[in-house]
Parts: sequence; C-alpha cells; structure tokens
Amino acid sequence: MSMIEIDGLNVWFGHGPDRVDAVKGAAFTVEPGESFGLVGESGSGKSTILRAITGLAPDWSGRISIGGRALTGHKRDRAFYRQVQMVFQDPYASLHPRHSVDQVLSETLQLHGFRDIDARVVRLLDDVGLGQKFRFRYPHQLSGGQRQRVAIARALAGEPEIVLLDEPTSALDVSVQAEILNLLTDLREEHKLTYLMVSHDLPVIGHMCDRLAVMKDGEIVEVMAVGALRAMQAQHPYSQSLLEASIAPGSRSA
Amino acid sequence: MTLLDVQDLWVKFPTRQGIFEAVRGVSFTLGKERLGIVGESGSGKSMTGRAILRLIRPPGIVEADHVALEGTDLLGLSEKQMRKVRGERISMVMQDPKFSLNPVMRVGDQIMEAYLLHNQVGKAEARAKSLEMLQAVSIRDPERVMRAYPHEMSGGMGQRIMIAMMLIPNPQILIADEPTSALDVSVQRQVLNIMDDLVKQRGMGLIFISHDLNLVSEFCDRVLIMYAGRIVETCAADRLHEAQHPYTRGLLNSLPRLDQPRRKLDVLTRDPAWAEVPSVGGKA
Repeated sequence: MSMIEIDGLNVWFGHGPDRVDAVKGAAFTVEPGESFGLVGESGSGKSTILRAITGLAPDWSGRISIGGRALTGHKRDRAFYRQVQMVFQDPYASLHPRHSVDQVLSETLQLHGFRDIDARVVRLLDDVGLGQKFRFRYPHQLSGGQRQRVAIARALAGEPEIVLLDEPTSALDVSVQAEILNLLTDLREEHKLTYLMVSHDLPVIGHMCDRLAVMKDGEIVEVMAVGALRAMQAQHPYSQSLLEASIAPGSRSA
Repeated sequence: MTLLDVQDLWVKFPTRQGIFEAVRGVSFTLGKERLGIVGESGSGKSMTGRAILRLIRPPGIVEADHVALEGTDLLGLSEKQMRKVRGERISMVMQDPKFSLNPVMRVGDQIMEAYLLHNQVGKAEARAKSLEMLQAVSIRDPERVMRAYPHEMSGGMGQRIMIAMMLIPNPQILIADEPTSALDVSVQRQVLNIMDDLVKQRGMGLIFISHDLNLVSEFCDRVLIMYAGRIVETCAADRLHEAQHPYTRGLLNSLPRLDQPRRKLDVLTRDPAWAEVPSVGGKA
C-alpha cells in the first residue's frame, strides 16, 4: 500500500472568470519510507499540491489518499495531523515571534494529546541538534538555521509518518543548508519517515530524493528516478532545459 | 584602466553593546571588468556595495582611506555632488524588483523620470529613449509595459525593467546586489545574459554581489570572497573551484551536486582565526 496516492488532482483558486487552475490532473504515488521530490519554477503548482494535502487549499477535485485513507474536503481530523506534518519555507515567518521555543513545542505536544511534555520537549530539541540551552529562547534570538530546526522539531512532535517539506532550505545560506539537509537525512532514517519535498533547486532534490516529478504550468510533465536525473536522461524537453540550467559550470569541466 | 579604487573601507554601526563592524578594512579596484563579491549573509558584501554609493545612513559610519572614482574621492563630496554620481556614474540594481519599483507609478513614467532627471531633454525624447531601453533588455511589447504598473509584471520582467532604468543614464559602473536571487533558474540566465551584453557593449565596470558561488564563477572575471567583513581570498572566477582558503573550500563542498551523489553533505566548520587574519588586497 502506498503512503501517499494522488490521482487526477485538480486544484483551483477563485471562481468564474477569475478562476486560476493551479494544479491540473496531477498523479503520483509515494511508497512508505520513500523521499519524493516535486520540482518546477515558481507558479508551477508544486507547493499547491502540498497545500491541498494538508487542507490549506479548499477547492480541489480528484483523489488524495494517505496511508490508504481517502481525504475529502478541506477539513482534516486529529488523526491526519498525527500522521502528516509540514515544514514551511521561511523560518522567519512560520514561528510565532512572541512564543519561546518551549512554548511552541509544549503547545504542539499538548494539542497532540501527550502527557509527558517536559521529557518530550527535551528529546525533540536533542533530536534536531539544538540542545537544552535553546529551550527558553525566542525566535529573534535564533539564526535562520536554528529557527528551521525548531520548525522541524515542531513537525516531529506528533511523531508523524509523513513530513511535507516546502522549500525547507531556500531561505538559508549554503553552509546552513548542508546542515539542515543532513539533519533531515538522519531524521528520515531514525524515524522511518516518508518525505514529500518541494524545491526549485534540482541538486537539492537530487541529493534528498529517490524519485521526483517535474511540474510546469500546473501539470506534471515527467516522473523519474534520481538515477535518471543524474545520468541526464530526462525525457521531456522542459525537464531537460531545467536540468541544463541547474548544472554547475565547474562540474562540467572538472 | 582603474575605474574605482577602494582603499581600507570600514563600515561601523554603533549599538548598545559597542561598535559593530560590518566591513573591516576592505581594499579592491575595479576596471572595465565583472567583479564578483561572494559571501554568506552577514559577511559585509552588500554593505560594501552600499558604502561605495554612500547609501549607509547615520548612525552607520563609513570610513576609508579613499573610495576614488576615476581619481575623485567620493567620501569628500557633498550630498549634492553625490547625487550627480548616483545613477549618472554609478548605478545600483537591488535584489527584489517588488521593493525597488514604485507600486503606484506606471513603469514608463518611472523610467522616464530616471532619464529626465539626468538629461535636459523633452518628454517625447525621454519616451523614445525608454522604449529603446526596454527593447534592449528583451522586453517584447515595450508599449504595453510602459503603461503597466509594477504589480502586473512578473519577477523577471521587473528585474529587467530595473536594469533598463539603471542603465538609461549610461553609468560607468553598475553595482548589482543579488540581482537574480529572487528569480527562477531559467529566467536568471536570461537576465544575466542581458546584463552581460549591456556591460560588454558599453565598456562598463560591474560589481556583482551574490551568495551563489556557481553563478559568480560562471558570470564574472574576478572574485572576492568575503567573510566576517574582510576579504579572505581573491581569485580569477574560472579558478574558483581551485580556491585554497578553507572557508571557500567549505562553501564549495557544502553544495549538493548532481554528478557526485553523497549520503551526507560536508558541513563547514568555522575557524575563529579566519575573522582575525587581515584582509587580502583585491587589486587587479
């Protein structure tokens, strides 16, 4: 049974003449423990797919099923949020500026219905490599990388099986990006997580994922394995041009 | 020929905890070339660009031996004289076109304003010149773009408009601060190619500030690598991948690469000594 199954997914915004079709007939599956990437330019609909899954995009049709359970409408129950969590792009915007790290994590744990909150906060901070000294800090006292670690800790609080990653490192410096990507790799192994990751950066997707879908204008133009990506064997002309544009000049000559 | 000569530039900000030094004694020269400045956030690269145009507001302090534009020290000029320099002799393109265009003014009026300010000409001529400039940055229907408001433009279009506006007074030096970071990869190439053509045709000097090592090594002639307000290394852009300094090496190795799959990426370990070593001279 697939962890995530998406078939004939359409997502649109607005009504009548203002209607914008953001995703058109998207279909892919993600197996348990797999890491699947969505790439494309801004406006191609890749983040919208994540938003439809989590119920943040109200108008959609088609089929989304998570762990064999089909989703309907845009209301998600508590069990869904225990199973699926999301990490957003901008760690500066996704944390409450007046809540300390401790408040952010305790509140999340409480909502998930845990009792041993204190011990869990300690463990979460250790899991994401922050440690105790960060527990009572506020977001403005943290660097971008540290904030993203807090956001990841918050996503892991409910012990999810699936983590949706929406450009988790695009707001960070390359050296910090490497730290966060390594952390995500480790967490996936330790917690047997399934990742669905959105990025515009092909090398990042190539590093993190097993398979990927290339999106353009709301449609998936190609689904391929990372091996094919590395071997430059993209079939669709759009994926080829994207790949062309992403190759580092130094790696061509070296 | 040297267009710009910067000697021992410091940018300081007084704070409650004492003076914060954002740029600490940077020296370099710029000829008719494409000079890249790379570094992470907080390395002082943007502050260096702004200090040249004297765009750092009080309480920020800019100090230098000299910042000489063809022999004239910019730090000695009055604010009025400085205005003549900005735009006319040195122009700057900022990162995000959304924040640098006036949202309530038509694109055409903004470009014409830039031209009229520096040239004693009539509106009709300014208009013709603006249309010509929009064509030069590969905008297909300039008439429509002239009438449009900034929010009707995509990011790539907006940045091309910014470049058009900055180049219309025909400056000798263009400072581009992360001009393509807000754009998609494919659009990035287009904008860079346009900028490259214009800089070459007009024999301008370009200071290209970016955090993207690959982009800089491909696009520039010479690169300065900044860390903690100092230049730690300087090299020819096409030799960037043979850079020696552990910081530069660390940055290069932390990038994921499609052709070299690894399970874990290398993490940069910072040596406090890097920040203490005096700045390397960036003279050509």
